[in-house]
Amino acid sequence: MSILVNKDTKVIVQGFTGKEGSFHAEQCLAYGTNIVGGVTPNKGGQEHLGRPVFNTVKEAVEKTGATVSMIFVPPAFVADAVMEAADAGIELAVIITEGAPVRDMMFAKQYATKHDMKTIGPNCPGIITAEECKIGIMPGMIFKKGNVGLISKSGTLTYEGANQVVKEGYGITTAVGIGGDPIIGLSYKQLLPLFEADPETEAIVMIGEIGGDLEIQAAKFIKENITKPVVAFIAGQTAPKGKRMGHAGAIISGSAGTAKEKMEALEAAGVHVVVSPAEIGKKVAEVLGKK
Amino acid sequence: MNIHEYQAKQIFAKYGVPTPKGKIAHTVEEAVENAKELGGPIWVVKAQIHAGGRGLGGGVKLAKSLDEVRELADEILGMTLVTHQTGPEGKLVQKVYIEDGADIQDELYLSVVLDRAAEMPIIMASTEGGMDIETVAEKTPEKIIKVQVDPSIGFQGFHGRELVFGLGITDKVQQKNMINFAKKLYTLYMENDAEMIEINPLIRTGEGEFIALDGKMGFDDSALGRHPDIEAMRDLSEEDPDEREASQYGLSYIALDGEIGCMVNGAGLAMGTMDTINYMGGTPANFLDVGGSANAETVAKGFEIILKNPNVKAIFVNIFGGIVRCDRIANGILEATKLVDVHVPVVVRLDGTNAPEAAEILKNANISNVIAATDLADGAAKAVKAAKGEL
Repeated sequence: MSILVNKDTKVIVQGFTGKEGSFHAEQCLAYGTNIVGGVTPNKGGQEHLGRPVFNTVKEAVEKTGATVSMIFVPPAFVADAVMEAADAGIELAVIITEGAPVRDMMFAKQYATKHDMKTIGPNCPGIITAEECKIGIMPGMIFKKGNVGLISKSGTLTYEGANQVVKEGYGITTAVGIGGDPIIGLSYKQLLPLFEADPETEAIVMIGEIGGDLEIQAAKFIKENITKPVVAFIAGQTAPKGKRMGHAGAIISGSAGTAKEKMEALEAAGVHVVVSPAEIGKKVAEVLGKK
Repeated sequence: MNIHEYQAKQIFAKYGVPTPKGKIAHTVEEAVENAKELGGPIWVVKAQIHAGGRGLGGGVKLAKSLDEVRELADEILGMTLVTHQTGPEGKLVQKVYIEDGADIQDELYLSVVLDRAAEMPIIMASTEGGMDIETVAEKTPEKIIKVQVDPSIGFQGFHGRELVFGLGITDKVQQKNMINFAKKLYTLYMENDAEMIEINPLIRTGEGEFIALDGKMGFDDSALGRHPDIEAMRDLSEEDPDEREASQYGLSYIALDGEIGCMVNGAGLAMGTMDTINYMGGTPANFLDVGGSANAETVAKGFEIILKNPNVKAIFVNIFGGIVRCDRIANGILEATKLVDVHVPVVVRLDGTNAPEAAEILKNANISNVIAATDLADGAAKAVKAAKGEL
C-alpha cells in the first residue's frame, strides 16, 4: 500500500518535450512510473520517449485515461497548465516548476479546488511511492520500500531524511515533497490522514521550515486525529528574521513563523521533534523499535 | 524586491491613492529647488532607505523655511542612518524626499498582504497609526481590523463597509473616501504582483480626507519579469553586495555572524546544516544554497564568497547528491580548491548517489586541508572541531 500514487497510476507530463521535462520523464520511466503520454502544444501526434504526445491535456486524458499530471512548464505558464489539467479532469497535478508567481497560484489553486483536483507543489521534488512510482525529480534509488511515510517542504531534506531511515534498516511507503512556496497544494494536514489510513505506514516523518503556519495547523491536527508516531524536524532555528532563506515562503515575518514556535506546538501535540536533521533516522528507529 | 517610499508613492499616485506632493533629491541644491517648487510653507525632509524606523533614527525632519530645508538636507544626505531594521552598521542615505507638510488630525494604519493560510490577500487596518503594528497586534489585537478579499470576486462594497465600521468612521463622505482608498490599494496590490503594501501612518486631515503619509511596498520576485517598470525601480545600493554577487551565479547567500562557512545544496538542507552546526556547539557564518547543479564553477564561486568573510575559520561542504552524482561533485570540489586559495580547513560530506566513489576520490587527492566526513552529524562535528583548531 501507499498513498495517492502506485505502480498502476497513469501519468502524463505537461511540458513533456522540453529539456527538464524530457530528462526527468526519462528518469521516471526508468524507475517504473507508468507514464502514458505527454502534452506539448503543436507537437501532438509525435512520439517522445516512446510515448504519444498530445496538443491538449483534454485529448491526452481521453486517449490514455491518465489521472495524474506531472508539470514541467516554465514558471509563467504554470497557472495555465494547472487550470488546463483541472479542466480536463486530472485528479492530481504534481507541479515541479520553481518560480511561479504567487498571484497565479492563488487563482490556479482555487480553480483546481473547484474541480476537485489535488495539487502538489509548486517548486517541489514531487511524490514517490517506493519501488513503484516516481513523479518528480528525486533520486529514486534512495527510496527503499518500507513502512515510513514522509512529508517535507524541502527537496534535499526529503532525500536526507529518507536516506537516514533506510540506513537504519527501515524504508519508505510514500514520500511527498510539498514545496516551500507561500501558496502550495497538499500540505501536512491533508497528507497526514492519508498516511494514518494507509495500513503499511507505521510512522510518519514530517520536515518543515520557518515561515507560514502550516506546521502549527499540522500540530493541532495531529493532536486530535493521528495515532501513528510522528517524527518532525523544523529547519531554520538559526535563521535570521526578515530574510528569505532560499524558498519563497521561508521567511520569519515579524515574530511569526519561527522554528521555535513550530517545534513547541508539535511537541505539545506529542510529536517526536528532533533538533538536528541528523537525528531523523535514529529517532524513527527509536520510535518504531519501541513498538 | 522592496522599493523606496517615494517610488511607492509614485505608484499610489498612478492609481489615484492620495499622497502629499513631493519630489526626490540627490543633492542639497536639488532639495532646495524641490522645496521652492512645492511652495511650502512647511516641508518634510525624509531620508530614503529601505529600512523602517527612519523617523526615530533622525532621518525624517520638519522644515519651516527654505534655509531649514537646506540645513536638514545637508544633515541627512550622506548620514549613516541607524534604525531597528538596519542593524548596528546602519545605512548610508543617498536620497532625500522633499514633501509638503500635511495637516494631521489623526493617524491610522492600512496594509495589504498575502494571508498564507487563507491563500488570498488580506487588508489590515487600525486606528493606531504611527505605531509598530506588531506591538499593536500583541497588546491590543482587537484594534486591528482584518478583511480577506477573495481574488475571484475582488474588492466589493461589503469589504469596504467592514473596514470603515471597524475603524469607527461615521461621516458618510469620510466613509466613501476610505472605501475608495482601500479599493485602489487592493487593485494596485493585485495588478503589480505586490507582496505587501503598508501605509503607516495613513492620516486623516482636518478636512476629513485620507492621505498616505508613508508608503512601503515589496514585490513577488517571481513576477518581476512581467513588470519591467517596477523592476526598473530596483536600487542595487540597498542590497547586500555579496548576496547580489552570489545570485548572479545562481547561488543563494545570506551572511550570518558565526565562524563556520556552509555550502549546501537545497535551501532546507542548508538551514538544517546551520541548525546542526549550532546543535553541535558551533556557529554558522552563512546560509548558502548552491542549487541543483553543484559543479566546479559554482563551488569555486561559493568558496570565494564565503572566504570574503574574515570570521570564517572552517568551511563545511554538505551536499546530498541525487541526480547529480557525488563522484562528479567531488571532482568539482577538488578543481575548485585549485581555482580559489582556500586557507581554512574544508570538511566535505557527500552523500547519495556514488558516495563511496566520491570518498575515494577525496582520499586519493590527499589535500591536507580537505577533510572527508561520512554523514551530516559526522561532518558538522568535524567542522565544529576544525573551527576550534582541534582537527
